[in-house]
Amino acid sequence: METITKVTHHYLRTKKKFPNVWCAGCGIGIALGAIIRAIDSLKLNRDDVAMVSGIGCSSRMPVYVDFNTLHTTHGRALAFATGVKLANPKLKVVVITGDGDGLAIGGNHFIHTCRRNIDITTILINNSIYGMTGGQYSPTTPFMKIGTTAPYGNRERDFDICSLAKSAGATFVARGTVYHVTLLEKIIQQAILKKGFSLVEVISHCHTFYGRLNKEGTAIKMMEWQKDHAIPIQAAAKLPPDKLKDKFLIGVLWDVDFPEYCEEYDKVIAQFQAQPEDSK
Amino acid sequence: MTEDTKKENIKKTEVTRVTKEEEEKVHVFAAWCKKCNICISFCPTGALVANKDGLPVLIPEKCTQCGMCELRCPDFAITVKPKGLTEGKS
Amino acid sequence: MSQNQKAQLLQGNEACAKGALAAGVNFFAGYPITPSTEIAEYLARNLPRRGGKFIQMEDEIASLAAVIGASIAGAKAMTATSGPGFSLMQENLGYAYMAEVPCVIVDVQRGGPSTGLPTKVSQSDTMQARWGTHGDYHSIAIAPSSVRQCFELTIRAFNLSEKYRTPVILLMDEVLGHMREKIILPDPAGIKVFNRMKPTVPPEWYQHFEINPHFVSPMASFGEGYRYNVTGLTHDPLGFPTSRSEEIQAKLDKLEKKIMHNVNDIVQVEEEFMEEAAIAVFAYGIVARAARQAIRMAQQKRIRVGLIQPLTIWPFPDIYMEQMSEQLEIIIVAELNQGQLIREVMRTNCGKAKIYGLNRFDGDILTPEQIFAKIREVR
Repeated sequence: METITKVTHHYLRTKKKFPNVWCAGCGIGIALGAIIRAIDSLKLNRDDVAMVSGIGCSSRMPVYVDFNTLHTTHGRALAFATGVKLANPKLKVVVITGDGDGLAIGGNHFIHTCRRNIDITTILINNSIYGMTGGQYSPTTPFMKIGTTAPYGNRERDFDICSLAKSAGATFVARGTVYHVTLLEKIIQQAILKKGFSLVEVISHCHTFYGRLNKEGTAIKMMEWQKDHAIPIQAAAKLPPDKLKDKFLIGVLWDVDFPEYCEEYDKVIAQFQAQPEDSK
Repeated sequence: MTEDTKKENIKKTEVTRVTKEEEEKVHVFAAWCKKCNICISFCPTGALVANKDGLPVLIPEKCTQCGMCELRCPDFAITVKPKGLTEGKS
Repeated sequence: MSQNQKAQLLQGNEACAKGALAAGVNFFAGYPITPSTEIAEYLARNLPRRGGKFIQMEDEIASLAAVIGASIAGAKAMTATSGPGFSLMQENLGYAYMAEVPCVIVDVQRGGPSTGLPTKVSQSDTMQARWGTHGDYHSIAIAPSSVRQCFELTIRAFNLSEKYRTPVILLMDEVLGHMREKIILPDPAGIKVFNRMKPTVPPEWYQHFEINPHFVSPMASFGEGYRYNVTGLTHDPLGFPTSRSEEIQAKLDKLEKKIMHNVNDIVQVEEEFMEEAAIAVFAYGIVARAARQAIRMAQQKRIRVGLIQPLTIWPFPDIYMEQMSEQLEIIIVAELNQGQLIREVMRTNCGKAKIYGLNRFDGDILTPEQIFAKIREVR
């Protein structure tokens, strides 16, 4: 019986250079481990897994893993993924994105892909900053926090990603953190199994930029913050509102059923396939 | 290392004599380890400490093979023998 | 299912959609925009009838992204748009050039710039079809001038894109897209369809961007057992990002040679009355129709003038034009813009002939009379 890490190693591309490109202590690698373990536990055939990402630190994930991997343009991963999935619905499509890539430039594609309810699993790594370009603020940087382009404190509110996804029509919405790594693996597993559009928000940390600019400390301190501020949704139900102030919920937040896009389109094909070409 | 990191719970200690099997409860791939200290800081029993180069080293008698270091390593650089398999091949 | 062998009154956009179906298109992603929407609507009705997929995306950026994703998953994919949508597609078009993804983009040109003239004609995206996105790359753009050619050149666009693993732009225009002509479509059995080359090595040896003497790499699809990486970052033959200068050089060289070493196959020019003609009208797309009429009017007046109609706009027919520069004294470049392709005519002529632009950009087409008047004026 192999160790967990050895199993993970089997999924890594041997032709890539390791250690990976992320800063020492970055949460993206932790999330990648959880994703690999979730895929492994589901016994998915690697040939059937397509991992699609945009641009940013999080989006550097797919190149490291031995699946069908597609590293696209900034913000557009969901649109590319929609084409991949619709053209070959047999593929299990997992999109990796970040708070900037997925919600700023990618915001439009985010809400429409949720609405369309196409069977894609989206893992959005939220570190509240634009890491790759050096620490600019993002749509999830909290009010008054510092970014290099908000040197006097960000004056914009931050998105509640899970509410946004739910309102836009996603049928499975969950939140985890890189600290709560066993929960993360479980919700990713559930998200992949879910037929329909699933969103997993992964609270992570960029100690290199966000942590330094906002004096929130090292990777370890920021993970301790995640530990201290996350409340599992089942536990939150039993707590009074004042105990929930400044906290965020983790776990499966929303899980409903709605017709999935590819299946619906297959019904269209089934109904009209026999008919001759029509020019009206 | 920053002041912050120094102030955190890093214990430098000498490795005591243990059996080979106990020592190999946990294995570190040194070339992949970025010495981020996450495994050391979040080990529930304090079984990992940094050596003089910053690499994690196991205190075998404290290790319960819970696997949290393995799950939280961002670089897949540490591996834990599953419980019940300290002896024999993995 | 067979094409109707009887004469049909077809709209240009319709003929384009029918040509795409004849070429084997099985995926369309697009966004409505006048004057191209009829192509989307035709395929929305007819793709499911043959098991293909149609999707209206949230914008043109997403449309081309979905087309590229589908092509990588093995589909023959296309989109159709006009100027403003074509502008939005430029970033992902650059991605398709870099990632060497076959796909067809139909641009039914309208007046510009900006929102311009949604229901009126122009040829003002001509340069954009070559230089619209950033970086070094080599585009293929072809331009029909009749409803029949809309059908034929759409098939050719797919064939070129599959053969050279590259996007191909079909430059139509509003008049061509909306006009109707009676045509007899060719027998489907006689239509040659080209499909991308598939790998002939086992998966572990597959290089998705292999550099070989043909400069065209075989292309596996996602899900076929070849697990590879595609990226818009400059990459090595395995598709992994690189910052090594020799690998960067090799990749960009390949993108250039893939097209430029194959111009003999890619470039097509039609000509009429060009034997010993010292005067030529150079026209493409819908203007070539008026120009044909104009040169007939001139021939009747014993003016020896010929027509050069490039079917391939990009790569520009350098070799043909350099050859013709030996015999031509006057070239009239007739375009529905302020003078775009005339720059290429001047470049390849090297000052040997007097070159005149005949330009109309008020939303209507150049008439045979206007072209004939210019011939008389400059002769």
